[in-house]
Parts: sequence; structure tokens; C-alpha cells
Amino acid sequence: MGFDQYHEPPQELPSATRTFARLCASLTEEAEAIGWYEQRLAVETDADAAAVMRDAQGEEFKHFSMDLELLLRRTPDWRKIAEGVLFQPGDVVERGEAAEAEVLEDGGGASEGRAEDGSLGIGSLRGVSR
Amino acid sequence: MNHLLRSLAPISDATWKVLDDEARERLEPALAARKVIDFSGPHGWDHSATNLGRTSPLASAPCDGVTGLQRRALPLVEVRAEFELSLAELRDADRGAADADLAPLDTAAHQIAVAENVAVFHGWHGAITGIGDASPHDQIPLGESTDEYRRPVAAAVERLLHNGIKGPYALALGGEQYQRVVQTAEHGGYPLLEHLRKILEGPIVWAPGVKGAVVVSLRGGDFLFESGQDLSLGYTSHTGEVVQLYVEESFSFHVATPEAAVVLTA
Repeated sequence: MGFDQYHEPPQELPSATRTFARLCASLTEEAEAIGWYEQRLAVETDADAAAVMRDAQGEEFKHFSMDLELLLRRTPDWRKIAEGVLFQPGDVVERGEAAEAEVLEDGGGASEGRAEDGSLGIGSLRGVSR
Repeated sequence: MNHLLRSLAPISDATWKVLDDEARERLEPALAARKVIDFSGPHGWDHSATNLGRTSPLASAPCDGVTGLQRRALPLVEVRAEFELSLAELRDADRGAADADLAPLDTAAHQIAVAENVAVFHGWHGAITGIGDASPHDQIPLGESTDEYRRPVAAAVERLLHNGIKGPYALALGGEQYQRVVQTAEHGGYPLLEHLRKILEGPIVWAPGVKGAVVVSLRGGDFLFESGQDLSLGYTSHTGEVVQLYVEESFSFHVATPEAAVVLTA
């Protein structure tokens, strides 16, 4: 089992941050799978096989969306920026820049280091010696 | 703003981060229970009870032809330790003072960690059945001499094995016992701490508030800690000189397998 999702020593990370990193890794894997199915569908000529792949890709859409929603729920600033970008009409880049400016210039970065619920994010300490 | 009311405090974002970091630093070494039991959550401040999957009979029914049962749930407890900080000290922290006096925060953090340990390992009368309350095993004396600690720890492990409780196992040691163990080298110089770890095949944790020691299985599913609001700093009030804050959490604790722990008495 790999632990590549951690960029810092896991034992130094709060439980909430370890969960956050696992969700991010999962989100990445789902996005990769969506891309792989897209490529397979582009070249597949067997209609039955393509139908199965299309169904499987739909599962990955669902998984990606669930991962993303949970991450956004737990990351208020990310959520606010996403609300300014996702499902909005108009120029995507302009939307993104405007949302970022609105959230971060509004002091939204103050939540750094804390969980969304305002707690210290300690959680489980299993695996922490002493 | 949530129930912690942090944004009402006369405290800058940078100083809130200093306080959060200080609290985390003080809490994590002392939160022994979380190092050896299953943790679920946090489920939020509005989470009030843990589902036990149990029912109680009801003496009557609302009408003929029906029967009824009442679900049983385990209510969460709230634990709070209040403290007061000098606003002058916090202003100095804003200026970059690395030695701001945060001793009242340190004391409160330690107190709430002790409260959590005591509630989990020894129980909280009327609120929580602790591991020691629930364990059906006879308590084993640790003995007067630290040199003798190997025997009761090995006896506790043997008792768990005898009851079909698999390891690895952890040893939660009260403050005095922990200090004695880390200071002790056996004949030949081998540290007692290492010898005990080999017997347990698991960790030894410092558990302030615990009287004596407790050996628990780490196999999982035996001891369930459910967090509502995880440990948090909140705001109560302030004057021109001081700010009243608190550290608080809500949780329940449930022993699913009473046989999975043995208490060692000091």
C-alpha cells in the first residue's frame, strides 16, 4: 500500500489533513479514470464494449463529483471560489479571477490550519506514539 | 460565524492561529485515549446522540392491535475548560513576541485532555461507562517496584489472549507510572520501555489522569469514541484588559467489548 498522497511526514499531520489528502488523491484518480475512458471510447468500434465503457465512465463522474463535493464542504475558501466558477455562464477565466479576488481579498485565508467546523482538527491519534 | 463566536473576540486572525497552534501542541501529547481507541467523527456541534442499535420495551401502546419499542441512544457529553488571557499579551503576540504568556491556555488544554482520558479509561459517573468500569477482568496490581512491571503487563496480555482478544496491545500509563517506566533500565541496561513494547507488540502512551495503567487491544471495534464537536477554542466575553475563552468538545464513548481491556492498579 502506498502513502504517496502525503507530502509531509504523516505523523506530523492532523487527522483532518490526512483525510483531506486522501480525498485529494481519490479525486485525482477519478479524474484520471474519466480521461482513460474518454480515450477508450474515442477508439472503440464495438458498440457493446463502448456501452459498458460509457456506463463505467458514468460511475467515475459520480465518484469524482462526490469527492469534490466533500472537499468543498470541508474547505470554505475553495467552496466559495468554486461557487463563483462552477455552473456559471460567461468566460471561465474571468469568473475564476473574480471569485479568487473576492474570496481571498475578503480575508478568507484566515481559516488556514483549522477545520471547517472551527475545531483544532485533531481527530484520531491512532498511530501516534507517546 | 458558528457557536464558537470566535469572530466576536478582540483577537486578530494571526493570534487566533497562535492560540490554535499552542492548544494543539499541548493537547496532542496528552490525548492518550485517541491513540488507542476507535475514533468516529467529528459529526458536528448539533450531533447529540450515538445510535446503540438497542431498544427498550414500552409498558403500553397507543391503541389496541399494535406494539411499540423505544430506541435507546447514548447522549453526547460536552466538556469545557475556561481560561482568561491578557489582551496586552495578545497584542504583543501580534507584534511578533514569541514568549507571550499563554499559560492559562496550556492549563485548560491539559485539563480537558485529562478529562477525556479519565472519562474513557475510568468513566464519568452518570454520563460515561469507562473501560475500567466495563472490564470484567480482575484488576492486576502493578506492584511497588518498576522492575516488576513486566509481570503484570505480561499477565494482562495473557488474560486477553485467553479470552480470544487478539493484539497488538497498547499500554496507557498514568503520569507517575510513565515517568517511572521511561527512567528504568533493567539489569544489563536494557530499557524497560522497550521490553514492555515487545510484550505488547504495540505502543506505550502517556495518559495523564489515568490511575495506574490499562492494557487494551488495538484490533479495533472494541472501544468507540464518537466526536460531535472536536476540540475547539471558543470565545465567551472580554473587558478592556482580558478576554475569556474556552476549549471545548462534545463526545460519547461506548465499550463494545468489555473483555478487551485489563486494568493495572498502582
